[in-house]
Amino acid sequence: MELINLAVKAIFVENILLAYFLGMCSYLAVSKKVSTAFGLGLAVIFVLAITTPVNWLVHTYILQKGALAWLHPAYARVDLSFLNFIVFIAVIASMVQIVEMVVEKISAKLYHALGIFLPLITVNCAILGVSLFMVERDYTIAESTIFGIASGAGWFLAIISMAAIREKLRYANVPKGLRGLGITMLITGLIAMAFMSFSGINI
Amino acid sequence: MSNKKTFLEPIIKNNPITIQVLGICSALAVTSQLKPSIVMGISVTVIIAASNVIVSLIRKWIPKNVRIIVEMTVIATMVILVDQFLRAFMYEVSKQLSIFVGLIITNCIVLGRLEGFALQNKPAPSLFDGLGNGLGYGLILIAIGAFRELLGAGKLMGVQVIPQWMYNMGYENNGLMVLAPGAFFLLGLIVWLQRTITKEYEEE
Repeated sequence: MELINLAVKAIFVENILLAYFLGMCSYLAVSKKVSTAFGLGLAVIFVLAITTPVNWLVHTYILQKGALAWLHPAYARVDLSFLNFIVFIAVIASMVQIVEMVVEKISAKLYHALGIFLPLITVNCAILGVSLFMVERDYTIAESTIFGIASGAGWFLAIISMAAIREKLRYANVPKGLRGLGITMLITGLIAMAFMSFSGINI
Repeated sequence: MSNKKTFLEPIIKNNPITIQVLGICSALAVTSQLKPSIVMGISVTVIIAASNVIVSLIRKWIPKNVRIIVEMTVIATMVILVDQFLRAFMYEVSKQLSIFVGLIITNCIVLGRLEGFALQNKPAPSLFDGLGNGLGYGLILIAIGAFRELLGAGKLMGVQVIPQWMYNMGYENNGLMVLAPGAFFLLGLIVWLQRTITKEYEEE
């Protein structure tokens, strides 16, 4: 039950894009067509579902204060958590690379759908952001995995709705200076406002 | 291009946020108050300038196909230094910025400048390019931060600016400004204003 609550919260109430502004760059760049937005959204869910638990393991058993005690009791005082950033980004980059190779081997169809987006994802701040949130909020491994997947799903939802709106927007007469970034920001604000009405939901 | 032009161009004319559309995430997330916006602007300026210079110094020894990893390592090292510094000397602000200091690593402005400028240029112009882009970014942050704090809480830098008699006459703070949608609206409006002035339009 706790986990369902966490998932609902991560998807709707505290949407990673609409409430925490993470992953804006790729959101703005790739939300012009629903089909590409769909591919990128799936890829983000996929990568988040893998990197969040892996980063949890790395953080808990290697980097956290006293985490190295399993190696030798003398290491119990070692605190490597200042290395969090550099290790997380390395894990994400290498996991993305591995996922890309595995997907290419297993399913050519999936590779064609996700392929071009995977390298882009390394620098998507939503991925690193979820790992950092997980550390800041002391999640367990089950919670981290659910949080990762749910955040990805929330991001997917946001980019799909934006892409759908932007496809229709092409027929609208938007003031010149507002075209592109300006109008996209305003619409994102409206979507964020709509999502705020979910706040307070508890299951 | 002269150093002066390299420095001035990204501040208004080719602003990283409003024209190049890079680094939006942190621009929105940390700007609910003015103080963290200023700290964030300075941190990003330091990080871009420093990593620009470092990458420019070693640009001839970086093999082409592993350059992204090398650049990421340089950026991450700089970010760790800044993060440790903030934690040691400005603990309150670093708590407010929470994960967004770490997210400077994936801030596309930094990587974009390294890829687009430092790899082809000497250290001195790279320094100016880094400073210019950092300031251009900081400027937008400060503008959004000032508006959000002023309209959302009636304060600037934590000091009450809107006098009590205004509240007595029925003025109310706009709570929406502190929340996420307010940030989106403000940035959209700033972009509109700037593009109307510079006449740099984007076709949809």
